[in-house]
Amino acid sequence: MTEAVAKEAVPGDPDKGFDGFSFLARFAPLIFLLLLMTVFAVLEPRFVSSINLFNVMRQVSITGLLAIGMTFVILTAGIDLSVGSLLAFAGLVAAAVAKGGMQDRFTVGDAAIGYGWPLALLAAIGVGVAGGYLQGLAITKLRVPPFVVTLGGMSAFRGAALLFAAGGPISGFQPDFSWWGQGRILTVPVPVIIFLVAALAAHVVLRYMRYGRRVYAVGGNREAARLAGLNVNGIICSVYVIMGLFVGLGAFVLAARLNSAEAVAGTGYELTVIASVVIGGTSLFGGAGSIFGTVIGTILIGVLLNGLVLMNVSSYVQQIIIGVIIVLAVAFDTFAKSRRRKA
Amino acid sequence: MLLRMTGIAKSFPGVRALDSVDFEVGEAEIHAFIGENGAGKSTLLKILSGALAPDGGAIHFGGKDVVFASPKDAQASGIVTIYQEFSLAPDMTVAENVFIGREPGSKLFVSRSRLEAQTLALARRIGLERSPRALVRDLSVAEQQLVEIARALSMKSRLIVMDEPTSALSRTEIEKLFAIIRSLKRDGITTIFVTHRLEEVFEICDRYTVLRDGKHVGHGTVAQASLDGIIRLMVGRELGLLTRREGTYATGEVALAAVGISRRRKSSDASAIELHGVSLAVHKGEILGIAGLVGAGRTETARAIMGADRVDSGRILVDDKPVTISSPRDAIRHGIGLVPEDRKQQALFLELAVRTNLSIASHDRISTLGIFISGSKEDALVEEYRKLLNIRMSSGDQIVGNLSGGNQQKVVLARWLALRPKVLIVDEPTRGIDVGAKVEVHNLLFQMAASGIAIIVVSSELPEILALSDRIVMMREGRVSGEISRVDATQERLMTLMTLGSRRAD
Repeated sequence: MTEAVAKEAVPGDPDKGFDGFSFLARFAPLIFLLLLMTVFAVLEPRFVSSINLFNVMRQVSITGLLAIGMTFVILTAGIDLSVGSLLAFAGLVAAAVAKGGMQDRFTVGDAAIGYGWPLALLAAIGVGVAGGYLQGLAITKLRVPPFVVTLGGMSAFRGAALLFAAGGPISGFQPDFSWWGQGRILTVPVPVIIFLVAALAAHVVLRYMRYGRRVYAVGGNREAARLAGLNVNGIICSVYVIMGLFVGLGAFVLAARLNSAEAVAGTGYELTVIASVVIGGTSLFGGAGSIFGTVIGTILIGVLLNGLVLMNVSSYVQQIIIGVIIVLAVAFDTFAKSRRRKA
Repeated sequence: MLLRMTGIAKSFPGVRALDSVDFEVGEAEIHAFIGENGAGKSTLLKILSGALAPDGGAIHFGGKDVVFASPKDAQASGIVTIYQEFSLAPDMTVAENVFIGREPGSKLFVSRSRLEAQTLALARRIGLERSPRALVRDLSVAEQQLVEIARALSMKSRLIVMDEPTSALSRTEIEKLFAIIRSLKRDGITTIFVTHRLEEVFEICDRYTVLRDGKHVGHGTVAQASLDGIIRLMVGRELGLLTRREGTYATGEVALAAVGISRRRKSSDASAIELHGVSLAVHKGEILGIAGLVGAGRTETARAIMGADRVDSGRILVDDKPVTISSPRDAIRHGIGLVPEDRKQQALFLELAVRTNLSIASHDRISTLGIFISGSKEDALVEEYRKLLNIRMSSGDQIVGNLSGGNQQKVVLARWLALRPKVLIVDEPTRGIDVGAKVEVHNLLFQMAASGIAIIVVSSELPEILALSDRIVMMREGRVSGEISRVDATQERLMTLMTLGSRRAD
């Protein structure tokens, strides 16, 4: 019924001129990030040292990888709470492969026998993809809401990790494995490079590939997507597989960085990851968002935590701040949406 | 007079829904409230029930002037409306539903015994033979309706409005309902009876009021009225700027045939519309209109052909060959497209760009290496259809939600045209768009038919059906109730076929 009030857009006419609000809404995460960095730089000069900035980037690269996968999931209006648990499980399996079994898992340094990092990487990704596919099937075939399926997965994968680890970590890999977490290329930490390359790839998929278009369409209006002939269930299932792929990759990098895998790894990651995506402007209602936003959101959280640590703010207070920011980010999204509806 | 509404006016953006309507209903009478789809009946009833505030006019009820700010106000005055879609909580008991929000007992605790005793008394009065403890989910549609009536009675109402109460009932159930309405009348309760079935008006109602295009066009005593007279009041809408298709259409080959499509209601969805052996065929280059009142099964037929809803039985033939269609993907593969009834809910990705909306079904045409979208090919596609359909937009990157309704509808049409379909089904082609854009959309449909596409048009507006169609199929209660060629079609004949069918057998 809004047709009569809706203004006809004329070709060639700039769209109602400059809309300050929508500009702000689009770049809010970036503006907020720059603001935050300025504040920290003024309050704490150590913050701007290049060592510290690389540190921040290295710290966020694991959750950043997960956040890239999570962007696909949230674009379809889904959610995945199981990422932390699946990360631990995949990391343990990769570690066991790298060590050639479970018998020598405590012998740090002496890791001659094993299958090497390529097979370990493959194992991690295999576990991640399988876990994601299982959850995707449960969501599309059994029609259980993603929240419930992945809440179940969060518990089940953690259990699997604990069972697999049988009470202890698996540590001590060969140097060419550890390089993926600890190495540097021209002073840039390898995990940071992996994160940025993965982000670029995901950006290309979402922006320039048919598949990406379909992910947005399914999240934007599921019924319209179905009537337009899209395989809606297939697409929904696939985003959980992609999430699993990034979980596997993240698990591999984390194990390499810590030179160890353990069953309690990744605890609470789901919150940080979802926060990164949402703060980056991806709508929990689906259909809107970008990888660029997710990268900014990821760095923003990293900067925030790093700055707070440098300023000796306790980790308990940090948790409170993260929680409040998530709620505010979603409130902002809802507000922006209702404004667009009225426009 | 029990109820006197005078000068009721209501406008929505771009639409004058009610234009100074007067409506009078007497004490203890059964009053038929009649009008075509979109005549303004629902709007008036929503104002009467307090769900909508009028822009102007006064309501006089039970001897005093009243203003209803909410449905609660109207109910407190003694007016209860029973909608077609029941407002019952399926997992609660009959008794809990009857007294929902008004449970007997103390402030904190519900008195179960009083709740159930009072419900039982009401149930006896209207012949509901169910325990007050039965779950509403387990009741038939007719029984659920009785629960609604019991709730109305429990509120001591003096006026009960029933919106199409018979549309989902069998003949015996209808007779039982009529007996209840008559017994309510003996108790002094007035019923406003909204129906599309004119024979029911003559069967049970005392007086009638007819609405057309938001105006009161006639009222009187049923005993002195004729069927033809009432139909003449209902129709007679102006064609306005709409023009009929020029020239005569020569019958081509059958492009699509639907044979015996049936779909039964499931217990989980008591108000779903059934289809009973619907068969129709559309030829190449022909525009076939499907006319019928709300709930006749028009949209359901369209969705069944498209594979959007499951069906229980029936066959689809494309170019004389039987095809299996179990999803919209299958339908598209066989060259069928559907412009759905509700543009915003079912067709558009409102937050996404025009280009995404336009090209979503034809990625094959604009991809490189099979997986990437070629920006230049997509630009060319958007530009091609922008010109062809005269879509007014600033660029392909404009958010589709910011276009006017007419241009949004053109984007949806372009999406299907880009697929070069054999058959295009268009459900409500011009709902909610202004007259100028309406004419444009009609001309586009004419052009598409002229290019050989078989088109099926579903519309609630008789003038639109008459303007567009080469041939018209009428539907009523999930069945095809008649077929008429454009030469023989008039609004009166269509309305007669739509409202008077063969009686439903048990």
